[in-house]
Amino acid sequence: MNKTKTHEPLFHIAKRDSLPVYKSWAIRGMAILAALIVAGVITMLLTGENPIQVYATMFKGAFGTSRRIWSLLQSLAMLLCVALAVTPAFKMRFWNIGAEGQVLIGGLATAACMITLGNKMPNALLILVMIAASMAAAAIWALIPAFFKAKFNTNETLFTLMMNYVAIQLVSYFEKLWENPKGSSNIGIINQSTHAGWLPTIGKFDYLLNIIVVLALAVFMYIYLKYSKHGYELTVVGESENTARYIGLNVKKVIMRTMILSGAICGIAGLLLVGGTNHTITTTTAGGRGFTAIMVSWLAKFNPIIMILTAFLITFLQAGAGEISTVFGLNESFSDIITGIIIFFIIGCEFFINYKLHFRSSHKEVK
Amino acid sequence: MLATLIQRAVMQGIPLLFGSTGEILTEKSGNLNLGIPGIMYVGGISGVIGAFFYEGSLAAPEDANPFLAISIPLLCSILGSLIMGLIYCFLTVTLRANQNVTGLAITTFGVGFGNFFGGSLIKLVDTDIPSISLTTTSNFFRTTLPFADSTGWFGKIFLSYGFLAYAAIIIALGCSFFLNRTRGGLHLRAVGENPATADAAGISVTKTKYLATCIGSVIAGLGGLYYVMDYANGVWSNDGFGDRGWLAIALVIFVIWKPKFGILGSILFGGLYIIYLFIPGLALRTQELFKMLPYVVTIIVLIIVSARNKKENQGPQSLGLSYFREER
Repeated sequence: MNKTKTHEPLFHIAKRDSLPVYKSWAIRGMAILAALIVAGVITMLLTGENPIQVYATMFKGAFGTSRRIWSLLQSLAMLLCVALAVTPAFKMRFWNIGAEGQVLIGGLATAACMITLGNKMPNALLILVMIAASMAAAAIWALIPAFFKAKFNTNETLFTLMMNYVAIQLVSYFEKLWENPKGSSNIGIINQSTHAGWLPTIGKFDYLLNIIVVLALAVFMYIYLKYSKHGYELTVVGESENTARYIGLNVKKVIMRTMILSGAICGIAGLLLVGGTNHTITTTTAGGRGFTAIMVSWLAKFNPIIMILTAFLITFLQAGAGEISTVFGLNESFSDIITGIIIFFIIGCEFFINYKLHFRSSHKEVK
Repeated sequence: MLATLIQRAVMQGIPLLFGSTGEILTEKSGNLNLGIPGIMYVGGISGVIGAFFYEGSLAAPEDANPFLAISIPLLCSILGSLIMGLIYCFLTVTLRANQNVTGLAITTFGVGFGNFFGGSLIKLVDTDIPSISLTTTSNFFRTTLPFADSTGWFGKIFLSYGFLAYAAIIIALGCSFFLNRTRGGLHLRAVGENPATADAAGISVTKTKYLATCIGSVIAGLGGLYYVMDYANGVWSNDGFGDRGWLAIALVIFVIWKPKFGILGSILFGGLYIIYLFIPGLALRTQELFKMLPYVVTIIVLIIVSARNKKENQGPQSLGLSYFREER
């Protein structure tokens, strides 16, 4: 870094071999703590409340009532679902930032089934069709950039990004095509009277089914990545494409197969959002989760089980900051600012896990 | 009609031109800054904050000094986007964090920052104004060239914009010249193509990346400023800037990393963005399909460029990768 030739630089940077797990998590914990302090100070400056009061409000916003806990768990499950979806692709170093669009397309396919086939076939069959349609639609949506990546090495970051907006406009088109009532430009609650195509609820807990499905997915993804042949293959492709080719892997096949899986899980997220939660679709159904999920997945180092924790952290912050903005009369975008700050800190702390600073041994030359 | 379409297309295109010129400069140094949409929000709102306090300090709108009315928002905007650029650089260049994740975090933060202050600025300073409407300062930004109204279609197409629009074109031409004709530009491209080689040749990779990314952020931030102060008449509306930041990133690919193509490209994109308003008899829902045109066009260009695989049309080779000297 420092170019002076005669003096030893103040410090130099070296890569660490590996850090014991407890140490690396201690560094991350410290980063989160530091971030919470900074976020608290900023909140204090804006609201004039003392930070403890601020954090109490956050906790109340997230866990205050049983309804809030359920809705927290629901948002957690949805965010986790999308994060699980993007993980295999990331592990393969395929930067799928099109999860937002894939979720929307999955949701759109679900809504299409509910609207066009609702009340025309038995409900159980309809739900099966919805599951198949949402997964297939989103998988195809994800396969398009994967195909071109495999064939021409087209930049997938930018391709998937553009696909998001094509998906958003497509949803916007169907919103107006299926508008109900006429002239409202949105779909409204689908099959409100018949509940056709609504995913069943377990007991009286609206969101329990979603949560169970996503937990099962997390376990599946953990096993898939860690113990299956597919998981091994995609890790090799991610680490080094040349090695993968050398050991006789069909890299193109792995890329496309992984993106189909990634897309299909996004489709499930769309299904759960449209069929199990909102019973309608708008352009904001995915609600930025496609982007937040990338950070969740990356913060967890692509480990599906740790992802539960990172998704929890982000969801908690958003719920808590949402409460702060209501209580203190601030704008709801406040939670984005807090989330941004915390992520900056966690991103930054990775450096201290991967690299070591060697300070100049205490010589006489002190400037 | 055609003159109106072109005029509107240019006005839509200018924020995209700022954004894409800034992003090209950034990407040429090997940094894929996905924070541009957020930075453009910050650039816009910082200018609004500056203008808001300036207007608040005036006794009457007539007292406004043209020089201050323009330079205060401009400086605030530059400062705001510069800070965002520095955060991005510190995380990705100094701390070698993943560029995609950092960029997305910057966008989350920046959009949140813009909407937060746009929505609660009035509340935070306890004034009795109902909404942020900076018509006085905005009028200075919107001052057009002389003869704009008296020269018919010519004036409408070429003279009817505020000074930032012309600045955007000059900056794009300047960037093009810098990248292709100067030693500094050569160094910058070398860093983006192969930082290890550039390092061996004695170019400071860190310094180059910092400079390119920060200046790129400032340029992109001006796009946000143009949008609020000129296009939107100084009225801030939350999420009003929309997805233009992503469109600017799309434009970078569309013009295959060449700022001078960006000038026409941005006008074309601007035109595609609003063409549905000029086609008579479109149903409301069909308009939505027309709005996806810029993205579809970008995807097609992306595919064609990668399929033809011509070296001069590709993005920088080390785009999106952090550089660490000891890592080979």
